Amino acid sequence: MSERTARVQTPWEVFIRPRRGLSHQHVGSVHGADADMALANARDLYTRRGESVSIWVVRSDAVRASSPSEKDPLFSNAADKPYRYPEHYVALNEGGSHDG
Amino acid sequence: MTTTDASGEEGFTEHFEALLAADERIEPRDWMPDGYRRMVLRQVAQHAHSEIIGMQPEGAWLTRAPSLHRKASLLAKVQDEAGHGLYLYSAAETLGVSRAELLDALHGGTQRYAATFNHPALTWADTGAIAWLTDGAAVVNQVPLCHTSYGPYARAMRRVCQEEAFHVRQGYDVLWSLCRGTPEQQEMAQDAVNRWWLPAVALMFGPPDTTAGGADDRTAAMGAAVSRRSMAWGIKRHTNDELRQRFVDNCVPQAERLGVTLPDPAIRWNEERGHYDFGPIDWRLFREALADNSQCARQRLAHRVAAHEDGAWVREAVDAYAAGRYEEGQSA
Repeated sequence: MSERTARVQTPWEVFIRPRRGLSHQHVGSVHGADADMALANARDLYTRRGESVSIWVVRSDAVRASSPSEKDPLFSNAADKPYRYPEHYVALNEGGSHDG
Repeated sequence: MTTTDASGEEGFTEHFEALLAADERIEPRDWMPDGYRRMVLRQVAQHAHSEIIGMQPEGAWLTRAPSLHRKASLLAKVQDEAGHGLYLYSAAETLGVSRAELLDALHGGTQRYAATFNHPALTWADTGAIAWLTDGAAVVNQVPLCHTSYGPYARAMRRVCQEEAFHVRQGYDVLWSLCRGTPEQQEMAQDAVNRWWLPAVALMFGPPDTTAGGADDRTAAMGAAVSRRSMAWGIKRHTNDELRQRFVDNCVPQAERLGVTLPDPAIRWNEERGHYDFGPIDWRLFREALADNSQCARQRLAHRVAAHEDGAWVREAVDAYAAGRYEEGQSA
């Protein structure tokens, strides 16, 4: 959580686990002066029809994000590495498609 | 993949246009042209404002609902409108504007909301007609918006659309009961439909942007210019007139099933077009009629401002409490 004091209009990102077996997914944001208020607001806003088994709230200013302008260099590590995919190799069976 | 020169605006524009051309979504931290940002923000803000102002006509009937069941469902519907406003404010905030600024713009009249809601809800049947017709029109608008080019707006729309189907059905259900009730109740349903039909057809879809709706060339050209820009950016996906036609096509059979008459004598099935024809909207006459509702418009805004101001002490108390807790944490 951020060091700074929160106010009633401090934004929090909301993550919801829609049902067991799934991970939490980002759904949007709410305002709140503390985590409990953000959680209560998130419950009222994003789960009015019980489409959730768990909620996380994270202060928006606590999220560290990659910058879009760094897009190419940051993700370039994954580019041009066909040997990371099964298709790069000899097929296990005649058809070649369903051999895992 | 070619690397564009990220130092100049040229490269950014190319990247932005390439994303749109590939039908990819634009996300908050992407570079976007100012015009795009302004157009999305204007639309999302107006949409958000319409949701929360739209709570008022129906909200006024909460204490006078004819049964506990109707009260519970109307309450759930009005709560959804508040929720939709909040999804949309949350999406608007990703464009670098604060909630407080958006509300100030609504309260100060620099940002608009759908003028549809400047009509008064005179009887209980209006709650049914509003939900069936204006929410029905909203669904027709919003389904394509689930694929709008700005990611957060599209995601908000998907949540909204899931809930909007309930709104339309519950409104239709209210009218259904009235239409199967006493002659007075039937008359009340017909009267509400008479008053909410034109606001839905005209105002929920905006001005004509083709000559299909009977608009003269100049009016249509003006609307078309705005729609073209919005469609080129993938914000809008269809013309206003296309969506209006879709709405009329939805409503006619529903009205027949309900047993009400839509107040447009020109409505008839056109075999050749495969659509219902409907009367051209006299926009000049309609604007004059809107001016008659200026009293209601002032009330809507005044009510909104009063609610905001009456809540100021709560926001202040929350801030004071949070600051106190923070200081306790610092000294501990």
